[in-house]
Amino acid sequence: MKENAVLEVRGVCKYFPGVKALQGVDFTLCKGEVHALMGENGAGKSTLIKCLTGVYEKDQGNIYIDGHDGPVSIKSPQEAQKNGISTVYQEITLCPNLTVAENMYIGRTAGAVQNWKKMNDDADAILSSLGIPAKSTQQLGSCSIAIQQMVAIARAVDMDCKVLILDEPTSSLDESEVAKLFKLMRDLKEKGVGIIFVTHFLDQVYEICDKITVLRDGQLVGEYEIENLPRVQLVSKMLGKELDDMSDIKSEATTYKKEDGASSVFEAEGLCSTEGIKPFDFHIEKGEVNGFTGLLGSGRSECVRAIFGADRVTQGKVKMDGKEVKIQKPIDAMKNGIAYLPEDRKIDGIIGDLSVRDNIVIALQVLKGFFKPFSKAEAYKFADEYIKLLGIKTASADTPIKSLSGGNQQKCIVARWLLTDPKYLILDEPTRGIDVGTKIDIQKLVLKLASEGMSVTFISSETDEMLRTCSRLIVMRDRRVVGELSGEELNQTMIMNTIAGGGLDE
Amino acid sequence: MNKRKSFSFSSIFRNQLIIPLAALVLLVLFNLIMDPSFFKITLGQNSLGNPVLSGALITILDNGSELAILAIGMTLVTAASGGQDISVGANVAIAGSVMLRILCGRGDSAEMQAPVIVAFIAACIVSMLFGAFNGVLVAYFKIQPMVATLILYTAGRSIAAWINNNELPIVNDPSFGYFGGFIPGIPMPTPFFIAVICVIVITLVLKFTTLGLYTQSVGINESSSKLNGLNPQVIKLLTFVILGLCVAVVGLIKVSRISTINYSVIAKDIEMDAILAVALGGNALSGGKFNMYASILGAYIIQFLTTTLYKYKVSADALPAYKAIVVILLVVFSAPTVREWMSKTFNNLKNNNTKKEVA
Repeated sequence: MKENAVLEVRGVCKYFPGVKALQGVDFTLCKGEVHALMGENGAGKSTLIKCLTGVYEKDQGNIYIDGHDGPVSIKSPQEAQKNGISTVYQEITLCPNLTVAENMYIGRTAGAVQNWKKMNDDADAILSSLGIPAKSTQQLGSCSIAIQQMVAIARAVDMDCKVLILDEPTSSLDESEVAKLFKLMRDLKEKGVGIIFVTHFLDQVYEICDKITVLRDGQLVGEYEIENLPRVQLVSKMLGKELDDMSDIKSEATTYKKEDGASSVFEAEGLCSTEGIKPFDFHIEKGEVNGFTGLLGSGRSECVRAIFGADRVTQGKVKMDGKEVKIQKPIDAMKNGIAYLPEDRKIDGIIGDLSVRDNIVIALQVLKGFFKPFSKAEAYKFADEYIKLLGIKTASADTPIKSLSGGNQQKCIVARWLLTDPKYLILDEPTRGIDVGTKIDIQKLVLKLASEGMSVTFISSETDEMLRTCSRLIVMRDRRVVGELSGEELNQTMIMNTIAGGGLDE
Repeated sequence: MNKRKSFSFSSIFRNQLIIPLAALVLLVLFNLIMDPSFFKITLGQNSLGNPVLSGALITILDNGSELAILAIGMTLVTAASGGQDISVGANVAIAGSVMLRILCGRGDSAEMQAPVIVAFIAACIVSMLFGAFNGVLVAYFKIQPMVATLILYTAGRSIAAWINNNELPIVNDPSFGYFGGFIPGIPMPTPFFIAVICVIVITLVLKFTTLGLYTQSVGINESSSKLNGLNPQVIKLLTFVILGLCVAVVGLIKVSRISTINYSVIAKDIEMDAILAVALGGNALSGGKFNMYASILGAYIIQFLTTTLYKYKVSADALPAYKAIVVILLVVFSAPTVREWMSKTFNNLKNNNTKKEVA
C-alpha cells in the first residue's frame, strides 16, 4: 500500500447481466483528504461505492484498508463498518421519530441494558466536538435536513471510521447549510479521516476537494490534483469529448418574438391552488421558453402544479389559445396539450417496477383511453424510437425503469411527455441530480422544441441554466410572483435583486 | 452456446412461474409414486343416470374453480391497493342468500319464483355494491384494505342470514343444480367450465383494456400515476367491484352445489386461500406488478394439495396443519430474496464446475 493511504482499490470489476459496471478500476484515498469521485450517471460511481460499502460484492480485484495486511473482503454493510468505512447517503437513512442520541447509537449497544444517561452524554460530547448545533435528546425529525445529515456523519465518525463516503450529501441543502457541512468536513479532514465526496455540483468540488478521480463508462479516466484540472477539462473528461462551451447553447436559440395578434398558448388569470400560493397571472406564447425562479420553497413548483391541475385549483380563469378551458385534474391539462415533468423524479415521476416501455407509453395510453390499449408492437415502436432519439442508456425496453441511472430515468419521463405531442411542456427541475452531459442534452432539447413551436416552462435551481434557456423569467418570493424579467434584464444580478426584493417596488 | 445455456438456467429461478410449476410437478410426482391410481379417471353414471367423469383430477378441477375465480379478483385488488379483501367468504354468503331469496321468494312453493339468470344478475349487483363499499373505504377514505374489509368479514354472514330471515330456503328444481354439478349429457363438472369462462374473460379484458397497466401503475406509484392523468381512487374502486363480480359467480356455484345455503359454513375461510393463491403465484402482496395466470395456477395447486391430503385420509381437522407446512415451504421458496439466492448459488456452482473442468 502507498504510504499515507487509508484505502486502496486495485483492479475492481463488477458485472451485471449485460453490463460491465466497473472494469479494473483503481482508486486511492489518503489520510486527511477530501477526494471527489466524479463521472456521469452510469459511469460507475455508485457501483464503486456500493462495492466499498458491501452492498454489492465485487467480482474481481482487491480492496486494501489501512491497518489490515492483505486485501479485505467486504460482503455486507456491517463488515464495511467494521473495516472503518462509513457512508452517508443522499437520502437520510436515520429514524426521524427517535432522538438524536438514539439515532447515533442505534444498533450499536452490546447488551440488552442501555445506560441512557451515558448515551446522551456521549452523544452531546461528540456533537459539541464536531460543532453540530443539536441536542442529544432532541427528536431528529425536528432538526433541519442539514443537521440530520450532520448527525448521520457524527454517527459515522463515532464508529471510528477511517473512510467516510458522502454520496450527494448536499443536494437537498441550501447554501448556508452547505457551508456548515463543509466546515464539518474540514474538521474531520484535520482529524485524518479520508473523505470520498460524490456530487454533481462542480462549484462544491472546487471549494472543498483536494483530488478528483474521474470515472467514465465503468473505467478509470484518471486521478488529478485539483489545481491541475480546470473545470472545463473536468467536464470534458467526464463526457469523454471536448466540450463545446456550455455557454454556446444559447446562441442556437433565437430570441423569442411574439407574433402580432396571436393569442397566448396558455393564459391564466388569478390562478390559485390549495398549496398556499397567492393568486397569480401567467401566460406563455407559442415557441416561447420561460421559467419560474426564486429560492427553494418560494412557490415555483406550486405554480406549475396549479397550471397542470396537480394540486386542487381553488380559483382563477384559464385560457388555451384564447378559449376558456377548465383544468381541475391532470387529465384535463393533458387533454388540452399540457405536459408536466414533476420536480421529484422518484416520488412523482417514475413508476419504478414497470418497464421503460410502459413508463414511456403510459401518458399517451391514458390519453388514448381505457378501452384502446396499444399493442405490444406499437408500444415497442414508441419506446425504441424515443430511446434512440433521446439516447436513453438501457439494456432493453423491458428493463424496469428503477434500475436505470437517474439521468436516464429522467430522459424516460421526458420521452413519456414528448410522446403525447404537447403544445405546452412544463419541466420542473428536469436537471436535478443528473450528470452534466444529460443536463446539457436536456437544455438543448428544450431550445430545439421551442424552435419547433412548442412552448416550454423550465424551472431549475441553477440560475445559469435558466439564463441559458429562458427568454423570460417570472420571479417568485414567499409564494407570490414579485417580478418578471426579460431581454436585457436577464442576468444574475438582476435576478438576485428581484428575489431579494430590491428590483421591483411593490 | 454453453454460456448462453448456463445463463438461462440461473435465470429460471428468477421466473415468477417457476415455484408454482415446481410445486405442481412435486405434487404430481408424489402422487405418481405413492399411488398412480390418483390419476385414474373413470366414466360412470350419477344418480340421475347421466354420464359423469370421476377421479381425483376431476375433483381438483371441480373444487378448485371457486378459488381460481376468486384469485382473479384478489390479484387485481392486491395489485392496485397493495392489500387484500378478507370479506370475500362473507360476501359469497350474501350473494348466495340473495340468489336463494329471489329463487324461492317467501312462499313454500316448490317451483322457482324467478329464472336463475335474474337471481344471478341480482346477486351480481348486490356483490358489486358490497365490493364498491369496500372499495370506497379503501380508495376514498384511505383505510387499509384488511381493516376496511374486516367490517364485512364480521357482518357479512349475519347480513346473509338476515336477507332470508335466517331461514334455509331449498331450491327443488334440479336444473338449478347444474351450475354446481353436471349438465345432463356433459361428463365434466360445470364449475370447471365456469372457471374457464372467467379465465377467458379476464384474458380478454387484460388484452383489450388497459386494466393491467393501470392497476400495476397505481399499485407501484400512486402519486406518479395521478400526474399521468389516472385517477387512482377510481381504479382501486374498480378492482374491488370486479372482485365483487367474481364473488357473485362463486356464490352461484356454491349455492348450486347443495341447492341451499349454510350461512356460517358456506365459503368459510376461502378468502385466506384466495390470498394464498395470489402469494403462491409469486405476486407481491404489497401490490404492483402481477401475473394473473400465476395466481390462477396457485389456486389449483392449493386444491391439488387439499385433495391429495384428503386422499391420504388426513382428517378435516388436521388438514390445516399439514397444509400450513407445505404452504410455508412454498412461500419461502417463492420469496424474491430466496429465488435470487438460489439463482446466485446455482451460478457459483456452475462456475466452480467449469473452473474445475478447465483445471
